[in-house]
Amino acid sequence: MTGYLIRRVLQAVIVVVLVCVVTFLLLHMLPGGPARAILGPRATPLQIQVFNHQNGYDQPLYEQFWRWFTGVLHGDLGYSYNLNENVGALIAQRLPKTITLMALSTAVALIVAVPLGIYQAMRRNTFGDYTFTGLSFVFYAAPSFFLGLILVQVFAIDLHWLPPEAPQGDSLGTILTNGAGLVLPIATLALITIASFSRYMRSSVLDNLSQDYVRTARAGGAGQARIIVVHILRNALIPLAALLGLSLPQLFGGALITESVFNYPGMGLLFWRQATVRDFPVLLGVTLVVAVATVLGSLLADITYAALDPRVKY
Amino acid sequence: MSELADSSTSGTTSGTAPRPMWRMTLEVFAENRLALIGAGLVVFFALFCFVGPLFYHTDQVGTDLSQAYLPPGGGHPLGTDEVGYDELGRLMVGGQSSLEIGLASAIIATLFGTLWGAVSGYFGGIVDAVMMRAVDTFLALPSLFLILLLAVMFTPNTLLLIVVVAITAWLAPARLVRGETLSLRTREYVQAARMMGGGSGRAVLRHIAPNAIGTIVVNATFQVADAILLIAALSYLGLGVPPPHADWGNMLSNGTDYTQNGYWWMILPPGIAIVLIVVAFNFLGDALRDAFEVRLRRR
Repeated sequence: MTGYLIRRVLQAVIVVVLVCVVTFLLLHMLPGGPARAILGPRATPLQIQVFNHQNGYDQPLYEQFWRWFTGVLHGDLGYSYNLNENVGALIAQRLPKTITLMALSTAVALIVAVPLGIYQAMRRNTFGDYTFTGLSFVFYAAPSFFLGLILVQVFAIDLHWLPPEAPQGDSLGTILTNGAGLVLPIATLALITIASFSRYMRSSVLDNLSQDYVRTARAGGAGQARIIVVHILRNALIPLAALLGLSLPQLFGGALITESVFNYPGMGLLFWRQATVRDFPVLLGVTLVVAVATVLGSLLADITYAALDPRVKY
Repeated sequence: MSELADSSTSGTTSGTAPRPMWRMTLEVFAENRLALIGAGLVVFFALFCFVGPLFYHTDQVGTDLSQAYLPPGGGHPLGTDEVGYDELGRLMVGGQSSLEIGLASAIIATLFGTLWGAVSGYFGGIVDAVMMRAVDTFLALPSLFLILLLAVMFTPNTLLLIVVVAITAWLAPARLVRGETLSLRTREYVQAARMMGGGSGRAVLRHIAPNAIGTIVVNATFQVADAILLIAALSYLGLGVPPPHADWGNMLSNGTDYTQNGYWWMILPPGIAIVLIVVAFNFLGDALRDAFEVRLRRR
């Protein structure tokens, strides 16, 4: 187990370094190189030459990488000339909001999907099971922006129940105090997650239902409720816990779209806005942050699996 | 032992088995109602997008502002948009690029990923470690972010979008095929082929890849669905193929400006089209998986 952990962590570190290399190379694959990216399309050749010299971009690539890499390790993700701010500071300001959105929607998704999956497995091949399976297929296939639009149309424009836009504000506090504005963005992000989680849960419970230990428990006189809560739930939740860590990239992607639909001031909205004005330092900074989070997520998923399931041997 | 002989020739010959393997695969597939719905929808959309415009002529280039914002009815079954394009005609033309990009990128990603995974799994050791760390690295770069970044770096056109989506999509088949190869390369028939002097290339291309075909095809079907969703998201965010080129994503994105006006015909048709085609490919993938499991069961 310890050996496995060490190997797995080492692997993650290697991948993070490789992600840094790819991100760095992307910056250099830009037409005109990083100077063009930072100074913009209207920079003169002379300006570019001066900039390259001042910032060491005329040195060998590996030296440049080393300088950039040590900078990243110290939290220096570059400078956005478009917003006139440090990329690190820009992300630090918005990342908590995105994490809040993702965490709340995942919590909602779990609260709905776990009981739903159990219900579907217990009542499998009934009308209720088919209905929810059908719905999950549809929600899984629905692009989040389409879902968000429908929700806005119905609950904000037609019924006037909820605001069509996410709460605005610089701090996380002001956003959280405006709960009504958060409902639709969270619902949009949660519906798609519910679709995939409930399907996972359903098959996970079904797998466990046919296990010997369930038969033993039943033979020992345990009631249906006790079997589900005490025996099946604990085992069925293990793959779901791992799935949580692995679904980070989809969550970040979903958050990007949800944030742009609802104008939610998170990291995804920042990424999209800066993409439309070709602000490459911000784009690469956010990509790097999301990539590192993804690596950590899958590492956590593996560790969780190893820790929760004593049957897994390494 | 007819099963053994049959599975090792990937089911293309009938041998001593009463029914050929592909027939059984096809039968299980056809018994599945969802599969038929999926296949039906795919055929419908293919006809709708590529044959439809031959019968339903609309002008999708020249604008006509006097015909803008018309609700469904009259000469426009699905109304018109903000510059007077007929929505139904635009839905057909827009679907073409969604389907083309989805299919093409899934095929490229699957071919490349299969080769990558097969080589990695077949050679193992240091080659495997290096090739799989490359996969891990790209897997860590979230597809939507990477795709937006690449779309901004290079001006998007259909070909570029196909390549960009393929770049984010080849990882899943690579990992799956690697796993299959790890178990297939120790099989007797692969060993035998090597013993008779067949090279590594031959072993990978002629013996390993064809036997992983079930896994590959099932995954490719899901890849098409994912690619269509990804392209729609990219277009929705305004970074897909630039106008006047239409696709379902940018039609939807246009419509969002008019949600307040109640112009539902500019939003619902492209949105529902995306949902239906993605559901269709997901049904197909599920059904194919069940169908190919017949082979696994017989193995």
